[in-house]
Amino acid sequence: MSKPRFALAVLAFGYAFLYLPIVLVMGYSFNESKLVTVWSGFSFKWWRALLENEDMLAAAWLSLQIALTSATLAALLGLAAGYVLARVPSFFGRTLFGSLVIAPMVMPEVVMGISMLLLFVGANQLIDGPPFGFLTIAIAHTTFSLAFVAIVVQARLADFDRSLEEAAMDLGATPWVTFLTVTLPLIAPAIGSGWLLAFTLSLDDLIMTQFVAGAQSQTLPMLVYSKVRLGVDPQINVLATIVVCVAATALIISGRLTRRR
Amino acid sequence: MTAPIVKIEGIAKRYGTVQAVAGVDLEIERGELFALLGGSGCGKTTLLRMLAGLETPDSGRIVIDGQDMTGVPPHRRPVNMMFQSYALFPHMSVAANVGYGLRREGLPKPEIATRVAEALALVQLQTLGERRPSQLSGGQRQRVALARALVKRPKLLLLDEPLAALDRKLREGTRFEMVRLQEQLGLTFVVVTHDQEEAMSMASRLAVMNAGRIVQTGTPHDLYEHPATRFVADFIGVANIFEVAASRWMALRPEKIRLAAQRPDTAHAVSGKIVDIAYEGDRSLYRVLTESRGVMLVSTTNVTRTRESLFQRGQSVWLGWNDDWGQTLDE
Repeated sequence: MSKPRFALAVLAFGYAFLYLPIVLVMGYSFNESKLVTVWSGFSFKWWRALLENEDMLAAAWLSLQIALTSATLAALLGLAAGYVLARVPSFFGRTLFGSLVIAPMVMPEVVMGISMLLLFVGANQLIDGPPFGFLTIAIAHTTFSLAFVAIVVQARLADFDRSLEEAAMDLGATPWVTFLTVTLPLIAPAIGSGWLLAFTLSLDDLIMTQFVAGAQSQTLPMLVYSKVRLGVDPQINVLATIVVCVAATALIISGRLTRRR
Repeated sequence: MTAPIVKIEGIAKRYGTVQAVAGVDLEIERGELFALLGGSGCGKTTLLRMLAGLETPDSGRIVIDGQDMTGVPPHRRPVNMMFQSYALFPHMSVAANVGYGLRREGLPKPEIATRVAEALALVQLQTLGERRPSQLSGGQRQRVALARALVKRPKLLLLDEPLAALDRKLREGTRFEMVRLQEQLGLTFVVVTHDQEEAMSMASRLAVMNAGRIVQTGTPHDLYEHPATRFVADFIGVANIFEVAASRWMALRPEKIRLAAQRPDTAHAVSGKIVDIAYEGDRSLYRVLTESRGVMLVSTTNVTRTRESLFQRGQSVWLGWNDDWGQTLDE
């Protein structure tokens, strides 16, 4: 009797440790008071205030655009990388290629950020582009989120029944048609789940973004961070609530897609 | 006699250090049900996959219906294959699976629908077109796979262990069903199997393979009654194989030997003791320890219902045969 109770207590403590701060933030988004830490009554006041805050909305819109773009680019490139790693048994530099694809996952973001910045500065001197802002941030986000897509795609293809593709070719499908009508529909859940992972990663990235954003652009995490330093108002709570909900939804869908075969 | 539909000349294929197929020459006639028979790893599946274009031979030539197909990719061959795993597309309905090959030809939709319906009727699945493969039984999946391979009317239909995944009862019925389909459609079937009973009962001709080579080709009767080598005699059915002279052997089927209580008036006879009896109803199998030839296997057909016709364990008996009752082998 005591054992499950103890286990439940530990579980509750663990969940509380992880999620209580988030729940508090979400609860305080409905606070009436101007002070973040003092509860004075229920209100949608700060939700309304946020929706009228042009800076916030602009930053959120930019973040969303970047997340959509980089997740889509990462899905395409990650699909290609994962496909090659799963399907081409040997080519010159295969091991090196495999390590290089996943390296951004373990590389400190500061290093990634500075190297990206140097690359873009160099590129601007040589070919006068790309302009700092949306494009540079999207490219930087693509580089690290690509790895996640590549890994899910590779894992899915590793246990893919090759005779399905052989059957398609035997029935008259060219390799390309086989890929489109058989391989792609069957690994689509993995690509979708990789896309959502990349989307979430891009949405809340701060470190790398700060290196490559340039002077004009401000993403949502950058804006929040600068606001916090100047002193927070409960609009931040509202924003946090929205971001948590979007990210959680994306992760839940991603999990569902991977589980469903 | 018309030209053979398949001509295989000196085909060889090696995987790393393993010689999967080591120089095979074979001709398959139009409209026959040909079986490739052999144990696992004998190269029969590799040979079949080379016919489909899924493997490229290292050397040799494959000619199908007069055209050299050696380097032609699978999607441009007039050949369809039924896979051992069936390889049904899980994300498509039964009808979409069967129609897949026709859609690749760009046929008009109404024609595809008609031909899919025909193919499903042929395998008695007309009511299940909307189901997913995961909602079908093993036997139904097998028939979907067959319909999908048949629907394009290929010049050559390749079947990789078509009955291996079915249970025993279903297998016998399906065997007759496939022979009926093959005769009705007049297609050429090439079946790969490790089951000699399956090969013998279905095929009009078969080839026995061992270690990447074809050991013998012929009708089931040829192979059973006139095996060319000790391997074939041993692999197909049961045979008593013993040396009759220096590197000359005799393969004698159990049912060809005469079993009697007294010495029979045959050219050869040995005496022995029955050590084991397997009563199978329609026939009985006896293991007889002989004085000069070790343990021999003899079978009798139980044509009468009396117990007296059966021999007892431990009984002293005679085994007799004439020279032409068995096959003499040189290797």
